[in-house]
Amino acid sequence: MTAADVRLPQGPPTTPTEPVRRRGPSPMRRRENAAAYILITPFVVVFALFIVVPLVYSGYLSLFRDQLVGGTTFVALDNYTRALTDSSFLTGVGRMAIFLLIQVPIMLGLALVFALLLDSGVLYLQRFVRLGIFIPYAVPSVIAALMWGYLYGPDFGPAAQIAKNLHISAPPFLSQNWMLGSIMNIVSWEFIGYNMIILYAALRSIPSELFDAAAVDGAGRVRTAWSIKIPAIRPAIILTAIFSVIGSFQLFNEPNLLRTIAPNVIGIDYTPNMYAYNLAFINRDSNYAAAIAFILGVVIMVVSYSVQLSTQRKERAAR
Amino acid sequence: MTTQTAAGGPTRTGSPLDRPSPPRQRSRRSRAYSSDRPRRSIVLTVVMCAVLLYFLIPLWWLLVASTKSNANLFSTFGLWFSSTNSLWVNIQTVFTSDNGVYLLWLRNSLVYSVTSAVGSAFLATMAGYAFAKYRFPGGNAIFSGILGAIMIPMTALTIPTYLLFANAGLTNTPWAVILPSLASPFGVYLMRVYAADSVDDTLIEAARVDGAGELRIFFTVALRLLSPGLVTVLLFALVSTWNNYFLPLIMLNSPDLYPLTVGLAQWQATAAGGSGSRALFSSIITGSFLSIIPLVIAFLFLQRYWQSGLASGAVKG
Repeated sequence: MTAADVRLPQGPPTTPTEPVRRRGPSPMRRRENAAAYILITPFVVVFALFIVVPLVYSGYLSLFRDQLVGGTTFVALDNYTRALTDSSFLTGVGRMAIFLLIQVPIMLGLALVFALLLDSGVLYLQRFVRLGIFIPYAVPSVIAALMWGYLYGPDFGPAAQIAKNLHISAPPFLSQNWMLGSIMNIVSWEFIGYNMIILYAALRSIPSELFDAAAVDGAGRVRTAWSIKIPAIRPAIILTAIFSVIGSFQLFNEPNLLRTIAPNVIGIDYTPNMYAYNLAFINRDSNYAAAIAFILGVVIMVVSYSVQLSTQRKERAAR
Repeated sequence: MTTQTAAGGPTRTGSPLDRPSPPRQRSRRSRAYSSDRPRRSIVLTVVMCAVLLYFLIPLWWLLVASTKSNANLFSTFGLWFSSTNSLWVNIQTVFTSDNGVYLLWLRNSLVYSVTSAVGSAFLATMAGYAFAKYRFPGGNAIFSGILGAIMIPMTALTIPTYLLFANAGLTNTPWAVILPSLASPFGVYLMRVYAADSVDDTLIEAARVDGAGELRIFFTVALRLLSPGLVTVLLFALVSTWNNYFLPLIMLNSPDLYPLTVGLAQWQATAAGGSGSRALFSSIITGSFLSIIPLVIAFLFLQRYWQSGLASGAVKG
């Protein structure tokens, strides 16, 4: 996981914001450097202690195995080969891939449509709509999962109650076949508004000159949205996509909470993250858990990076 | 407004469509374009109100359910109130069950989230400003490292952090939740974008000419200009710690140290496990309802920030 070759879509971090004065380090220059180091030091220390060190330690742990007989032994990449043939892990990753392919496009698509509608000013009650869609973001995912678990549930969930009065059977939201969809619904409910706000803010900052040109060309509203607004906010769309990829693969809270009401449907290996958690804290196999977490991290990086690459290629092709 | 800097900044610096205009005036004028000319549509508004129902009905249900006794939860329709209002009784039960542990959870959530949010926002502001305004040896390399870390999944970090903390005797203490939350790479990224736009280089030069030291410039001149960005990063950090579940679940054992998320999940596990002869369901529901109120209020305040941020294009706050 080399950090240097990961770039966010916003362009290289090296954009100078100050003209470079190349006259060797003058006393003033040295003072500025000192100030810069003083200002970044607190963050860099925290960053090193709580991100770099755990990451390195995790990589180190994953190369060992701890057994009752024989103690801790160096096993090189054994944990990794084990993970790559572990059906619990692979099924979990596959499940998250399905989740990602279905849920993320729906969530971001809706967020984009809502953001465009709000931005174009065709709605009444705009402020209210914007706030209402956003407010689920303020609900912790644990509470959201709890709440939806009750809403889905057969005991006192409204869907079950309505169905009972109509003498039909309610959709089995918590069954084997429905569960992944039910979780997708919870996650979408939580995050559509958040993504909408990011995209809306990006839309608001498009310079008006672009619209003037479009108006002169006689472009309609939908046309303007499609060929001016969406391309103009592509960096923001990529940002939301990458955050969604990261979030999806790490899914834990929602399934872990729903497990309390549907233990037969959601196993301890339902998502890779739940599997790693259970390996580390129930099975006490932190070496293997570290390897699983590491592979998951690599998967996330590869997928996020390919999201970026594919959009960049499209961009180049479009020119 | 985080979102404004997140999205607006990059659009400005790295847009595929190179445009010559200075960023300052665009917001007002695009707004003038967007909301003055269009015909408002009743059909679209009705459609969006239906959409809004999807987002609000679960919260409505939570409000209604927290006014019901455990028996009424099962016997009356979920989306409307029952004849007896048990809200007050429920609240009392929430605050008194398990010797008032809910109040401890509430306090813990507050302490953890406020400490981590203030800490991480300040660290991010200092670092972001330095990366934006100084070119120093190693600066770009360090910043690239920080950017790369945005993509590292929490899972890959949390389990080894737990093991390290266990060795240091830090698990099952508040520090175990607060310290890892202090490192916010995304906050640094946001503050770098924000500082690049909101602190004018000429202002820094002027302060230098006046003989102010670099750190003094930061604390007296820059910090004030950076404060809208700082508040935004702070509020979003507050939310993410308040909502955090995985980290405290792993780090903490004793119920007295749990934040609300872990505590309520624990109640839920007990209730669903069938050992709840007590009126646990109504307590969980009322406890959940009460726990989201502070954040919803915080967001209503936050809204002002993102509104003003939007209005000014998040450039000058």
